[in-house]
Amino acid sequence: MRYLPLTDTDRTAMLAKIGAATVDDLFVDVPEIARLDGPIRDLPMHASEMAVERHMKKLAAKNLVAGEVPFFLGAGAYRHHVPASVDTIIQRGEFLTAYTPYQPEIAQGTLQMLFEFQTQVARLYGCAVANASLYDGSTACWEAVAMATRVTRRKRAVLSGALHPHYAEVVKTMAKFTGDEIADAQPAITAEPDLDGLMARIDEDTACVVVQYPDILGRISDLTPVAEAAHAKGALLVVVNTEPVALGSIKSPGEMGADIVVGEGQSLGVGLQFGGPYLGLFAVRDPKHVRQMPGRLCGETTDAEGKRGFVLTLSTREQHIRREKATSNICTNSGLCALAFTVHMTLLGERGLRELAAENHRLACLAADRLAKVPGVEVLNTAFFNEFTLMLGGKPAREIIRDMADRGVLGGVSLGRLYPGVAALEHALLVAVTETTTEDDIEVLARELEASIKESAQ
Amino acid sequence: MNAPNQSGWKPAMIVSEDGMHSGPQTTTGNRALMLEEPLLFEIGRAEVTGVDLPPVDVNAPTRLAGLARSEPLGLVGLTEPETVRHYTRLSRQNYGIDLGFFPLGSCTMKHNPRLNEKIARLPGFADVHPLSPQNAVQGALEVISELGGWLCTLTGMPAVAMSPKAGAHGELCGILAIRAAHEARGDAREVVLVPESAHGTNPATAAFANYRVEDIPATPEGRVDVEALKARLGPDVAAVMITNPNTCGLFEKDFREIADAVHEAGGYVYCDGANFNAIVGKVRPGDLGVDAMHINLHKTFSTPHGGGGPGSGPVVLSEALAPFAPLPFVRKDDAGTFYLVEEENREERGPSFGRMTAFHGQMGMFTRALTYMLSHGADGLKQVAEDAVLNANYILRSMEDILHAPFAGSGPCMHEALFGDKDFTGGLSTLDVAKGLIDEGYHPMTVYFPLVVHGAMLVEPTETESKAAIDQFITAFRAVVERALAGDEGLKQAPYYAPRRRLDETAAARKPKLAFEG
Repeated sequence: MRYLPLTDTDRTAMLAKIGAATVDDLFVDVPEIARLDGPIRDLPMHASEMAVERHMKKLAAKNLVAGEVPFFLGAGAYRHHVPASVDTIIQRGEFLTAYTPYQPEIAQGTLQMLFEFQTQVARLYGCAVANASLYDGSTACWEAVAMATRVTRRKRAVLSGALHPHYAEVVKTMAKFTGDEIADAQPAITAEPDLDGLMARIDEDTACVVVQYPDILGRISDLTPVAEAAHAKGALLVVVNTEPVALGSIKSPGEMGADIVVGEGQSLGVGLQFGGPYLGLFAVRDPKHVRQMPGRLCGETTDAEGKRGFVLTLSTREQHIRREKATSNICTNSGLCALAFTVHMTLLGERGLRELAAENHRLACLAADRLAKVPGVEVLNTAFFNEFTLMLGGKPAREIIRDMADRGVLGGVSLGRLYPGVAALEHALLVAVTETTTEDDIEVLARELEASIKESAQ
Repeated sequence: MNAPNQSGWKPAMIVSEDGMHSGPQTTTGNRALMLEEPLLFEIGRAEVTGVDLPPVDVNAPTRLAGLARSEPLGLVGLTEPETVRHYTRLSRQNYGIDLGFFPLGSCTMKHNPRLNEKIARLPGFADVHPLSPQNAVQGALEVISELGGWLCTLTGMPAVAMSPKAGAHGELCGILAIRAAHEARGDAREVVLVPESAHGTNPATAAFANYRVEDIPATPEGRVDVEALKARLGPDVAAVMITNPNTCGLFEKDFREIADAVHEAGGYVYCDGANFNAIVGKVRPGDLGVDAMHINLHKTFSTPHGGGGPGSGPVVLSEALAPFAPLPFVRKDDAGTFYLVEEENREERGPSFGRMTAFHGQMGMFTRALTYMLSHGADGLKQVAEDAVLNANYILRSMEDILHAPFAGSGPCMHEALFGDKDFTGGLSTLDVAKGLIDEGYHPMTVYFPLVVHGAMLVEPTETESKAAIDQFITAFRAVVERALAGDEGLKQAPYYAPRRRLDETAAARKPKLAFEG
């Protein structure tokens, strides 16, 4: 067995040292009823590297690979080109096989990287401080709501109707158990988000209002009035971003007055991976809120010789010190994904991020114009970054998506899948365009969409 | 440079008695292969990029609702060669399993097979969108289903929730299922019992779900006090959370009796499966009366720790809790087609307590863990547990003559050996031994956990170490411990040879500097 270095001779010698006759003597504390008499039945025995690879490749071959077809899916997970050096760096054993940096003298690599990551995220979001990452955007969104309830000592959160429905579901699920009140809504299917309606829902009991930017339908709008309305009632503004590349083109949430900014960092460095592992980003605009933040924080300090170094800090917020009084039960972060994000962001830099964002937006505008020409199709959005909503004139988007997938085109995300039971959204299709999309891909999508709509009409 | 110690112990290389071998200060601060590296923000430039993209056309029309960015973000870039060098140099200031023995108790730092990495990067897994139409992702759904099948069979449990993102998220899943199950029968309860020796996530999780946490005492032999626990059971107790094997490295031999008593009192049994690696293939937790148990794929099933995540924490569930599992879950229809049960499947979702995360869980970890399971098979996994336990007992018996081992008389340990600092002299502590081991080229063991032992040192060798590697560690560990027993002052300044000396954590917390300024 290739991962087990002990030989039988070693085992015999070690048992002798221990004073045990057989290895089963080491399991004497297991009650009789629970002891197994051999390898667990119904599972295969060990296999060679070649055999395992064959098995796994067969499974992989049953999936339609995004990079091999015209591909337009988004809705919180975006396909971007990841430079080759990102993967070689995250596969270095010193990063890949390290643990949480609890022994900082021999973990400065991870710690300095996290300090750089925190700085990049804070600047991207227009905030003062970011943490060392959380599981993903949806769990970060819940943590933001929980933090807002701690800061304001209020228990009501107002969710925008255009918040990613999975994120809203996570928040509602968690709140059921904590006793917080969540006021959610359905998205208004309008060219621009209904911010007036949202602001009208903020009251004196509101801990926070949660708005996605760009929102689930791809729309963008100035959130400054929402920040003002929230602050006027003593509430916090939580802004959720699922596409960090957008912030290379548009104003940051911090600049518009957001108090807590959270999001999904998967777009940079991490890849699609069928939904995980991803990268939860979490930042606060005002440094006074730092001690209410969840998750790990890396801070600068000096060593005994006066050299600059980094450590995990403010851990009195965390479960291993505070136990049942911790700000969150979170233990792990998403370290290796944070490294991937940071390396990708370092390669891009300010200039690369702006160019990448501009290229995404250029192609998205091109796609929106071309798709608007498909008979029966209408573009809902007036403004968008790299994702927009198509109304398919009464055709069920889900069937059209499946039909196109059968013909090798991954044409978008059907909003009916995300909003089951909302009739108006059954005919809406969310289309994302990135720098990986070619003009040919857009043409293929336009043609296939036209064909599918015609077919479904028959 | 300060003289490293005033004791009898002599570091071989840096300072000799006459100070001759201390070596000159270097201009750069580097010491040959030990390289200093500035922060990205000190070397990067705003106008530099390592990615070739079309330049921004400032005249191109936009549809950005007047929100086009006018101010710079304050980010900096590096070209590819600079980027690779920057992060490669940083990587060399890290200790990892690939470099050496990493006996971090309870964290299970076993070898991370490279086949796992290769498989996870197949485009058929890595380049697949979570919301692809289900007819286009049958292989991905099959991986989830197949891995879930392995987990159920290995644990002897009927169901599994795959979406939790890490161990603590899995704990939360289990406790929320327990709360949902009680509430469904109109029996809301208030208390969760947690042993004193539990990991901090256990009380934090129970508190999150609005339970009051009460400690269960331990016996002098390091196990749950069964009588005290039974005496506390009653109609207000929703669940007990017990780690088995426990954080003292012992098997809870009365687990079945505890589980029966808890069930009798209408409660549920949550087992923290952080230490499942000690018993995988040897014992099925389902046979011990468990209702819910999370499994850290990054511990037992070898997915990399990555400097602190990502983890993955699927939760196996009993028949009683299975209906409350979070969305989504994978099912197979009569025609053999896999499908996801999500919010829209109103009938099939049943009393599910809701959703814990967007999408379907840590797919990238699922492919790695399944690769590992297939590699080992049922026979190999049994051997994994046996070798892990053998290695830990070997360390326990090789150290107990000089190092306080509070539970050495409580029977064999499981996958980890627990020691305390009772006999150290001269004001030396566990921390000093840990830092001394760094100089010897080891990552220290887990220190000051569990809290029930003074100056705890929890040593977990795992099964992927050779006897030679363990013997060498024992020699080094004994040498450092002997210095602590002798009150060697020099140990208080260790480490001497790491990229950094001891770091001032108090100053870091007093005036937090959490981002680069400038």
